Amino acid sequence: MLDVEQRQRYWKRNLRLMSILLVIWALVSFGAGILFVEPLNNISLFGIPLGFWFAQQGSIITFLILIAIYVWRMDKLDAEFGITEYEQEVHHG
Amino acid sequence: MSNTQLWTLIFVVITFSFYIWIAYRSRVSDTAGFYVAGGGIPAPANGAAIAADWMSAASFISMAGLIAFSQNGYAGSVFLMGWTGGYVLLAMLLAPYLRKFGKYTVPEFVGDRYNETARLVAVVCALVVSFVYVAGQMSGVGVVFQRFLGVDSTWGVVIGMAIVFTYAVLGGMKGITWTQAAQYTVLIIAYLIPAVAISLQLAGNPLPQIGFGAILDDLDGLQRDLGLEAYTEAFTQTSMMNMILITAALMFGTAGLPHVIVRFYTARSVRAARYSALWALFFISLLYTVAPAVGAFSKYNVLSTIPGTGVDETPAWFDSWMEVGLIEVNDLNANGIIDVAGVGLGPGTELIINNDIVVLATPEIAGLPAPIVGLVAAGGLAAALSTASGLLLVISSSVANDIYYTRINPQASEARQLVVGRIAMGAAILIAGYLGINPPGFVAEVVALAFGLAAASFFPILFLGIFWKKATAVAAAAGMTVGIVFTLGYQLWTLPTFFGNDLILDIPATGVGTIGMILNLLTILIVSQFTPKPSELMQKVVEDVRYPGRSELVVAHAEGTLHDGGAGLPVDGAGAHPADPSEGRDSGPER
Repeated sequence: MLDVEQRQRYWKRNLRLMSILLVIWALVSFGAGILFVEPLNNISLFGIPLGFWFAQQGSIITFLILIAIYVWRMDKLDAEFGITEYEQEVHHG
Repeated sequence: MSNTQLWTLIFVVITFSFYIWIAYRSRVSDTAGFYVAGGGIPAPANGAAIAADWMSAASFISMAGLIAFSQNGYAGSVFLMGWTGGYVLLAMLLAPYLRKFGKYTVPEFVGDRYNETARLVAVVCALVVSFVYVAGQMSGVGVVFQRFLGVDSTWGVVIGMAIVFTYAVLGGMKGITWTQAAQYTVLIIAYLIPAVAISLQLAGNPLPQIGFGAILDDLDGLQRDLGLEAYTEAFTQTSMMNMILITAALMFGTAGLPHVIVRFYTARSVRAARYSALWALFFISLLYTVAPAVGAFSKYNVLSTIPGTGVDETPAWFDSWMEVGLIEVNDLNANGIIDVAGVGLGPGTELIINNDIVVLATPEIAGLPAPIVGLVAAGGLAAALSTASGLLLVISSSVANDIYYTRINPQASEARQLVVGRIAMGAAILIAGYLGINPPGFVAEVVALAFGLAAASFFPILFLGIFWKKATAVAAAAGMTVGIVFTLGYQLWTLPTFFGNDLILDIPATGVGTIGMILNLLTILIVSQFTPKPSELMQKVVEDVRYPGRSELVVAHAEGTLHDGGAGLPVDGAGAHPADPSEGRDSGPER
């Protein structure tokens, strides 16, 4: 069990990680895919205009990487706080 | 029986025997197994099951055509970004915490965290969303049977109902989860084989995701030559504001869908819930990054061969789809040639192509052998039936758990709850079958409506329920009501099938859920200031859910023993407060 001070630190770290990842989430999808799609379309990648690529594939690939970073960092965070029982089953009522 | 039909039959029989065998092997005898597979599914299998559950006939059969033909490329990106982006929200904001909260259904979380009124609103929403979806899936099943096996579509739906009934009722969530993992395997193989083949053929690159870059320039050129707007050009079909509104509605809608959220309760642990979201998006992205390529390849193929071709000289795959009425050619100027230049595609022109044929026709366009065509048909059925069974489970658990057990007979034994759950599922299948045979005729609009409703009703109460301890029960019920009434009202007001009024501020019915969601959030934030705060105990449970490690309080809550203070925790205020969750199960609905 974590004490009160540890809990606050853990939650703060978690919120910071989430905020950073969600900002990237918004920048890639709503930013690169929609708001800035026209200027980005002037650049091409493998024959695909960049803004169009972000809207159709780049955002999906980024989403996947964001979740991967999240699960990896959360595992590290748990380990740092000495959490060992995280694979333990949480019971259902 | 043609060669194609024979192969379709062979693949359908093999794959379906396999699904039913899996359901039989994992049959269940307790409610935890029936509703949440006993919570013991490993993350990769759970991720594959989420992917199959969530990718329906619409993702498999329609999406590529929707992007390429009716949305002309760029505008179709709302489906790609919107539907996958919701998983980022799910993975970080909802899944781990809901898993730790440890209940069966979304309404149950709402009932525990807020109160019974809120739970009832949630039950109604969950039922509406699920029935609408399931109707679409069932009619999809009928169409695949009809087109590939020559069976009457009514009989196709009946066969589909019988199969879903067998494995859903027998295996419950446990059977469905393993069946869906198998169905994912079938559907992704069926999707990738023709996509790789057509990419090799047109671009000389086996990776469709990269290969489609090779034809985009030509496709843009072809469209411009025909007087159409370029495929990759932005905002030709929708404005920037509508792109944002629709994308957001689909993202938050995905994160609020009850049949997706319930999947995270089947994960083994909190950590497994996080990994399940990762695996799910990985499996989904295999299809979702290929779909835009398939769409572009198909449109390229059609536009480079068909316009200017004589009405009697069209290729064989074209003729066979014309026979079943999914491609229409109207030689309006009677010159014997299909004219697209300057007029475009779609209703009122010489060439109309149904969105649904693109994926199913890909193997034929690429000239692949009959067994592949059969495999694609089996994949389409897998996509439709896996989603249907997941939705039926949400329906039966809402009825049996949130209505029967909680409100009608809290003393019901385990065996009795299971019987009620199975009866509810049987009844739901009959209704779904009826809706599948007699589709309401406005399925596409109502599906959009369901997504908007999920975003406008569920996402804010789930999110604030976890991240804001002081969100009150009255505020939650008010927020959901405001979100639903506003969204539903606007959609009914503008949809042509209902009142058909003009759009207000050009906001589309598919995107209005985003505004409904913002209103819901604001309502909760404001009303919470003036209504009784959640009990100390509930606030403590909500806080404990945020931290890792075993919390006695959360375990006691999940096991339903919180009310008697058995965990040795402070219970002051418990039982005295209208929003106290510990009353939910035992003291009945009245307050």
